[in-house]
Amino acid sequence: MKRKKDRGAKGNAPDAAERESSAAEHESCADELIQLLSEDGAARRRFLKQTLLAGGGLAAANLLFSYHARASAHTSAAADAAAAPSNKLSTIPVTLRVNGRDYPLQLEPQVMLLDALRERIGLTGSKKGCDRGQCGACTVLADGHRINSCLALAASYDGAEITTIEGLARGDELHPLQAAFIKHDGFQCGYCTPGQIMSAAGLLREGCPTGMTVRECMSGNICRCGAYNGILAAIEEVRGSKA
Amino acid sequence: MSNQTDTQTKIVGKPVPRKEGRAKVTGAARYIDDLRMDGMLYGATVRSAVPRGRIREIKFGAGLPWDEFVVVTAADIPGENCVALILLDQPYLVAKFINHAEEPILLLAHADKHLLEKARRAVTFDVEPLSPIFTLEESLAKKEIIWGEDNIFKSYQVNKGNVDEVWAQADFIIEGEYRTGAQEQLYIEPNGVIAVANADAGVTVWGSMQCPYYVHKALLKLFALPEEKIRVIQTETGGGFGGKEEYPSMIAGHAALLSWKAGGRPVKIIYDRAEDMVATTKRHPSRTRHRTAVNKDGKLLGMEIEFVIDGGAYATLSSVVLSRGTIHAAGPYNCPNVRINAHAVATNVPPHGAFRGFGAPQSIFALERHLDKVAQVVGLSPAEFRRRNFIHEGETTATGQVIREPVDMEGLLARAFELTDYQAKRERFARANEGRSLKRGIGFASFMHGAGFTGSGEVYLQSIVGAEAGADGRVRLLAASTEIGQGTNTIFAQIAADALQIDFDLIEVAQPDTSNVPNSGPTVASRTTMIVGKLVESAALGLKQTLQNSGLLKANYTTDDWRAACRRHVEQFGLLKSFSQYKPPPGINWDEGKYQGDAYGAYAWAVYVAEVTVDMLTYEARVEDFVALQEVGKVVHPVLAAGQIEGGVAQAIGFTLYENVVWSEGRMLNNQMTNYIIPTSADIPPIRVYFEEQPYAYGPAGAKGIGELPMDGGAPAILNAIEHATGVAFNHVPLLPEALMQALNQTA
Ligand code: FES
Ligand code: FES
Repeated sequence: MKRKKDRGAKGNAPDAAERESSAAEHESCADELIQLLSEDGAARRRFLKQTLLAGGGLAAANLLFSYHARASAHTSAAADAAAAPSNKLSTIPVTLRVNGRDYPLQLEPQVMLLDALRERIGLTGSKKGCDRGQCGACTVLADGHRINSCLALAASYDGAEITTIEGLARGDELHPLQAAFIKHDGFQCGYCTPGQIMSAAGLLREGCPTGMTVRECMSGNICRCGAYNGILAAIEEVRGSKA
Repeated sequence: MSNQTDTQTKIVGKPVPRKEGRAKVTGAARYIDDLRMDGMLYGATVRSAVPRGRIREIKFGAGLPWDEFVVVTAADIPGENCVALILLDQPYLVAKFINHAEEPILLLAHADKHLLEKARRAVTFDVEPLSPIFTLEESLAKKEIIWGEDNIFKSYQVNKGNVDEVWAQADFIIEGEYRTGAQEQLYIEPNGVIAVANADAGVTVWGSMQCPYYVHKALLKLFALPEEKIRVIQTETGGGFGGKEEYPSMIAGHAALLSWKAGGRPVKIIYDRAEDMVATTKRHPSRTRHRTAVNKDGKLLGMEIEFVIDGGAYATLSSVVLSRGTIHAAGPYNCPNVRINAHAVATNVPPHGAFRGFGAPQSIFALERHLDKVAQVVGLSPAEFRRRNFIHEGETTATGQVIREPVDMEGLLARAFELTDYQAKRERFARANEGRSLKRGIGFASFMHGAGFTGSGEVYLQSIVGAEAGADGRVRLLAASTEIGQGTNTIFAQIAADALQIDFDLIEVAQPDTSNVPNSGPTVASRTTMIVGKLVESAALGLKQTLQNSGLLKANYTTDDWRAACRRHVEQFGLLKSFSQYKPPPGINWDEGKYQGDAYGAYAWAVYVAEVTVDMLTYEARVEDFVALQEVGKVVHPVLAAGQIEGGVAQAIGFTLYENVVWSEGRMLNNQMTNYIIPTSADIPPIRVYFEEQPYAYGPAGAKGIGELPMDGGAPAILNAIEHATGVAFNHVPLLPEALMQALNQTA
């Protein structure tokens, strides 16, 4: 039954959820980790937060940080933080490179990229529709790949090239996708729109895998207003002009 | 009108870019969660775990610094503990009796979101349980009395002719029962507000909402303050679909109570997705029973309809949802004898509320499924049966309303069939399906949707719209009607630009703020373009008239002349303003007591055709093609209008095939987007939208309402197509693969 594909999956871009599960395959897992990785994003993250807050779960913290090579430098800091008995976690230094600018931050290790962007850096263009990797409103590009930033630990993206909706236009000149979304009315309320456009930008770069349609490759980004006709027309137009 | 009208290029009817388009594609648009204030606290709601009971004690768990928290209970409410809407039965916070799971009992605020969440989980209630009821059957049977004297929020009876006399003359009597489930609005932006409240400054709330003046009215009672001390401002709103019609009054009140207790520190409450899904309103579940008398020529003689909706624990908007569902229950057909008995009943589930269509999708689903059955019994095709019974100009609806506009349902049907190759496919699929595991089917529904408030609603509302022109000739439209994605800002600006014959870019629409804009009524009921748009048109014309009467503007003018006239007016007399208030079109009569007369000023008329495949191996039903053809008066903005239809149809497809609320003990179990499934881009076909334009004399530039119509026809068209594909009549939605499997296995 084709009732619903995993909404976290977006074409062939390895997003956070996929990377987590591939990590799971490669590591020998404690029972908690099996639970951690088999449940949905929210449960998974709640579990992580709880184990971190409880001062335990070192294995989980180590695992989650170690499979992102670039974040591994912070593994020990995170583990130390997690081991601290206090309720409040100590923070770790993370430099997020967003839209070409470096933001040196002190973050608690469990802070998600979406929250770091919205609340620490003040880039509120990326939206929180579900906070569980289910809607796509928070989609950003990390090193050119689209990810659900609500599922991505900010610390894991230290040094990665993050692009958000605010970084797409060149000054006053809209990105062709932005212009096409306006032209084809690819939105109504606009809440899913930053995610749709970023997802489309990632898709244009990756290309649609053979045998899949743009319609399918965009199915991780939900639009309740139902502006799909316009969204797809906008993407096709830009895709066509690139080809 | 000046003769310039003819030469001036009109903006109405043109696909101008959305006013707020650029802000929305660049991430610059600010929604409520994007705003932050100094010293702001976060608020959380502690809710009931049980569906019904009496609170004995509130307990605060150990190990948390409770003195750091702002804590609000019912005892802290300065005014009345009720969410003022139609009735005053719903409390802001439970004082003693819990009437549904997830009912708010206590509020918390703290600067640290994570600590706040811990605290929310640490508050528990000692509750003496009471027996709950969860279904409309239990409610009708009065298994427990949980509301009023009989569990009934509202009943209506509509009578036309004398239905009791027709059964004896009928050649055929056909009965059927039809059900629809709850549906979650699932706007992608969850409910959220920020409030600042204290005794000196009063109460100010910013938030995501459809109806600022509903919130205003509710806060007046909650705080017992004078009107001018309450201010409600709509921020950019990420979808509503009805789900932000009445619920924002609740969350706004909660945030304001917390801020009040915190001495005026700003408090933000943003619902988590799971909380929004489990605790806020959904579409009313319904049950409709039909008994229909038909003669051998396939003419309708009589219809007896019983329509019941489950309103949940409090009255909220159930009476008006019921009203719309009732009036649409007999559809666009000419039947001399009709009786409709309708009830909205109470159950111990979170109150159901507004959702696009507002009762009509439920009763239209029943009727349009039922008529396919009637046609079959009579031995006519679904199309031929309807053709023999369609309503025409001069004939009367169930409420006795004489249709005074030209209606051509036959024409719509013929065109919809042409667009879909319906006749040929109907025959071809039936032949080809034999022995195939992928069965194809095609079906349709024909229906109408009344625009604006029901009956005397618009007269009571007395909506007002203002327009003001500054020295630079820019015109600001003042209305409380909200832009929630449907294009209000753009459409109002188009209407005003044409009325004034000036550049579209000179028109702006003020942010809805109750301290700045008059009450143009709620943004609901497909009323914004037709009713409020008309007021925009006349308020704008008022500006022009003032300038012309004072000799500042000639009969023929250019945009530059307009600017000059405005500048001179402002220099001489100050800001130029004009207001316009609703007046009903002539000849509209409605009898609220008998439920007779002109239920709506105008109707939109439509025929929707769905083509499906049913996979007999996976039991998956898919919509492969969908044509939505409607007559909605003059189309103000073809692209926005098509967007409204596409969006409504997508939601209707979800309502029909995917969106299933799983209930357990009166609580939604599947309150996530992974297990409550709404259509993605991969689940719906390209929706083909067509309009017939028949200008409506009393709408702005001839326009009628449009927003809700597309929610009505999808479910019956799709189920009619599934019956065509499988030969099995399904009479409930959502229709999930599990139900298809069960029924198809039985018949196999
Ligand atoms: S997928 Fe990240 S907010 Fe929904
Ligand atoms: S534009 Fe509203 S959810 Fe997509």
